[in-house]
Amino acid sequence: MTGVGRARFAITFDGEEIPVEEGQTIAAALIASGRRSWRTTRGSGAPRGVFCGIGVCFDCLATVNGRPNVRACLATARPGDAVTMQDGTGHADDAV
Amino acid sequence: MSTTTPDVIVIGAGIVGASCAHALAAAGMRVAVVERGGIAAGTTSGGEGNILVSDKEPGPELELALLSARLWRGLAEDLGEASLEYEPKGGVVVARSADTAAALASLATHQRAAGVLVDDLDADGLFGLEPNLARDVSGGAWYPQDAQVQPMLATASLLRRARSNGAEVHAGTAVTAFVRDSGGEMTGVRTDSGAVPKLSAPWVINAAGTWAGEVAALAGTPLPILPRRGFILVTEPLPRVVRHKVYTAEYVANVASSDADLQTSVVIEGTRGGTVLIGASRERVGFDRTMSLEVIRRLAAQAIGLFPFLADVSLLRTYLGFRPYCPDHLPVIGEDPRAPGLIHACGHEGAGIGLAAATAHLLAQHVTGRPADLDLAPFRPDRFADVTAVPA
Repeated sequence: MTGVGRARFAITFDGEEIPVEEGQTIAAALIASGRRSWRTTRGSGAPRGVFCGIGVCFDCLATVNGRPNVRACLATARPGDAVTMQDGTGHADDAV
Repeated sequence: MSTTTPDVIVIGAGIVGASCAHALAAAGMRVAVVERGGIAAGTTSGGEGNILVSDKEPGPELELALLSARLWRGLAEDLGEASLEYEPKGGVVVARSADTAAALASLATHQRAAGVLVDDLDADGLFGLEPNLARDVSGGAWYPQDAQVQPMLATASLLRRARSNGAEVHAGTAVTAFVRDSGGEMTGVRTDSGAVPKLSAPWVINAAGTWAGEVAALAGTPLPILPRRGFILVTEPLPRVVRHKVYTAEYVANVASSDADLQTSVVIEGTRGGTVLIGASRERVGFDRTMSLEVIRRLAAQAIGLFPFLADVSLLRTYLGFRPYCPDHLPVIGEDPRAPGLIHACGHEGAGIGLAAATAHLLAQHVTGRPADLDLAPFRPDRFADVTAVPA
């Protein structure tokens, strides 16, 4: 769907520019760019992207501007958002 | 469809009912479990899976907890730790002030005399066990016998083993009436199920959790069992940032309290799945399932006070449960003299997961006529002078 007169801007995924239309979620922008996964599971490292698409299943988690576990299907993209592949919990530095 | 007459009917497929079914089936009894909802769908699914000796003062409940902790270790060996998510991780109790630390040390002394393994800790000892702990702590105690299971998984695993030993489980089947003979002895139950409209057995066990008072009333043997509401917060999955079961010393006072007002004392633990669970609030509000932002805020603030890194961690969700409590805060375990053949196994308050193993073990001894490992007199069903004189 292409919105008439909507602003267009860019976010990045692992440093690569992704075009976004104003109002799109991060998940929508990533899918529109041809990506299907942006996280790996903490057990087996399997790839994950959108599953439910409505904020319930917590499958589409991504690291956004350094913050892990953001639900990409609910987070509206903002100009300059830096999305990065999330490995496992995304909190590896906190382990003791 | 039943092909044989059971020896025992268990009402309730929560952790207590499942433990009873497992223990009785293992002892060679034919068991039928009836559950009005789903497996572990009531009281059991609203808790955390604590197996604690640390939060109990010396007395009959501590003896029950010590026996149960030992039995859970045996179940984990028998069924496999993974099938229960059994984690013998131990408990760390934290005192935030010198006064609280002194009170905790005194409690630990009495517990030690009663057979609890406990080491006093200074602040450095606490940091050694929990490096992410807040620095403004005075002291604490280490309880290596404290453990944890995943309560729904444990319930399912116990029922699976019971089934393999011949037990039948009828979910979605509510008991509508008790059947007694002319002498008053329990002979069975009627249900709302077309498949099993009536079940007959010489023994019936009431393991209906927070709703055990309703079941007892239906049987004509009222018990003062009421719900106490508790909230749990669930964080996003994290690496191993909380190593043990960690709680503040105030929790022990709250567990034993009869105050109706909201009480919160933070209890924090990691899970196999990576989420961190944050409890534990206590309120007497009946069966009100309304989400309370006030309680959530208080628990979150207290948790951050204990583990400051939690300030930057997101919550995924919260849930609540109802802990079945009696006025004297002891469970009801034993045969009811008002209805011979009827056994109650309920009223465990917030300790039902932990106490389930010993409850089942002792009742299996009773049903099979073996000598009891522990005196059940403190838990007898007819100990309440007036079952109606209970605050709502």
